[in-house]
Amino acid sequence: MTTTLEEAPPRRPLTMTAPRLPGWAPVLVGVLAVCGSGLLALLAGWGAVAVFALAVLGFLVALPLWSLAVEGQRSATDRLMTSLVWTASGVAVVPLAWLVLTVVRHGLPEVNASFLTFDMRNVVGDQQGGIYHAIIGTLLVTLAAAAISVPIGLFCAIYLVEYGKGKRLARWVTFLVDVMTGIPSIVAGLFALALFVLLFGPEIRLGFGGSVALSLLMVPIVVRSTEEMLRLVPDDLREASYALGVPKWRTIVKVVLPTSLGGIITGVMLATARVIGETAPLLVVAGKTDSVNVNLFGERMTTLPVYIYYQFTQPGTVPFDAPPGTEAPGIARAWGAALVLIAIVMALNLVARLVGRIFAPGTNQKKG
Amino acid sequence: MARSIDVSDLDIYYGDFLAVQGVNLTVRARSVTAFIGPSGCGKSTMLRSLNRMHEVIPGARVEGKVMVDGQSLYDPSIDPVAVRRQIGMVFQRPNPFPTMSIYDNVLAGNRLNSRRMKKAEADDVVERSLRRANLWAEVKDRLGRPGMGLSGGQQQRLCIARAIAVEPQVLLMDEPCSALDPISTSAIEDLIHELKADYTIVIVTHNMQQAARVSDDTGFFNLKAAGQPGHLVEFNATRKMFSNPDNAATEAYISGRFG
Repeated sequence: MTTTLEEAPPRRPLTMTAPRLPGWAPVLVGVLAVCGSGLLALLAGWGAVAVFALAVLGFLVALPLWSLAVEGQRSATDRLMTSLVWTASGVAVVPLAWLVLTVVRHGLPEVNASFLTFDMRNVVGDQQGGIYHAIIGTLLVTLAAAAISVPIGLFCAIYLVEYGKGKRLARWVTFLVDVMTGIPSIVAGLFALALFVLLFGPEIRLGFGGSVALSLLMVPIVVRSTEEMLRLVPDDLREASYALGVPKWRTIVKVVLPTSLGGIITGVMLATARVIGETAPLLVVAGKTDSVNVNLFGERMTTLPVYIYYQFTQPGTVPFDAPPGTEAPGIARAWGAALVLIAIVMALNLVARLVGRIFAPGTNQKKG
Repeated sequence: MARSIDVSDLDIYYGDFLAVQGVNLTVRARSVTAFIGPSGCGKSTMLRSLNRMHEVIPGARVEGKVMVDGQSLYDPSIDPVAVRRQIGMVFQRPNPFPTMSIYDNVLAGNRLNSRRMKKAEADDVVERSLRRANLWAEVKDRLGRPGMGLSGGQQQRLCIARAIAVEPQVLLMDEPCSALDPISTSAIEDLIHELKADYTIVIVTHNMQQAARVSDDTGFFNLKAAGQPGHLVEFNATRKMFSNPDNAATEAYISGRFG
């Protein structure tokens, strides 16, 4: 019953190598999948979408199987999951790219200097009409909405983060803000309409009413994004400021807000981009007009989404001598206006990113 | 300009939780007082109650007396903001303001309180504070660069410069060297020795040698048991604490036989 060191089991060799598929394996499988599904589609007479779907499916099955045979189960799972993630992100981007392409293709021929500077007053049939009044309307209404929502949202977020921590009122405000996020935009429009009708009588339609409706939608987004940004400011900084004998309000103004300024501005820009495309509330309360109106507080005011809606639903008539298949003139105008709207939203997004980068606290070399 | 602090029967609460119980001690003017003890025994809490930073945390409160130069710190007539202007603080982790340059960070205490300063005067304050914090030579050519671009040790010295730029009466330091390498630690200890001439300094540290090196008086905090409030076990001259402490628990802790 004596055991000696010599009888200890021999050490297993340390294996750190494993069979691996070559680097070009995914490419090969991809090409084969496309060829295979293409061939099948040729025989069965399917369309391009079916070919693509089948190729993706083939790739998703073939690569993990090959990997399972050569590399083992862990790598096969890894390859399957990686392929799924790539496919999902691809599928997510496709509709967006498609949408932008379609709008550009239909809208670009329509957009020119006249289109941007003409309104629709007395435009009949396929005469040159434009979106000048709608651009003015969109910018004014959205600007007024932002002017209402940004201060409210900002101060509300400051209350929630800096003063209301753990208080019952703060919990209620957070809950109500969450509920407001889910308000259907048409309800916000009807609320604004009801408000102004109560104040000024049943015939009232005005751009500012649209701003009020949009700000109802915008405030919760601004509150939420600003709240997140303010929470990201480390308490260390607040305490550092207090320890220097700086009062709380000055700490918020001079330390907390500058530190999170980039994020706050980005949030505001994104909230603006979110409401600038709203149609329903403006349809209800701002009404529709063919003329330029720069007075937010009087008369109806058209915005781009409402303009698109009306051009699409009332496109006018096709001239009787036009070649068959010609679209009504309003349809082309709707596409053009859609392109301009998308361009405005994208510009806002780009500006938001730029501003966010400019105001981000500088950490030139390394983080502390 | 330095002030002494008398603490009597101080109980410190977080909400209903009693964190530190029954502390009596005197911090002498123009001296360095160290607080040592195991984690969670209330050293930092104690320190933060000395300049009313404790109440920044919601629900935190204090019972008992803290007298600074004859004034009760927790008297209703005392303005906590004014207290913090007199009693500065340096934190465990360096926390320069990320939106500000090195120059602005040093001046933050003055600027944030919108004290008007001439350019020459401001330059003077910045240079003097940075020199005292032993950082001037390293940053004098890049005062306009962001404070976050400095190394950890430099950032901590920047925070010290920022704290002494407002010329407080008392400087509280909460483990100022715990994130620093030995060289930066040594620089900061030298600084503490220099500052002692003008300031009253209270330092919390986990490093027994550091307490022995820099302090004149030492307080040892401990927990009676887990979940029990922390309390001050012994408060004595550092020399006595580290050679012949009155309390057996102190000796056990200092010599590394804890418990």
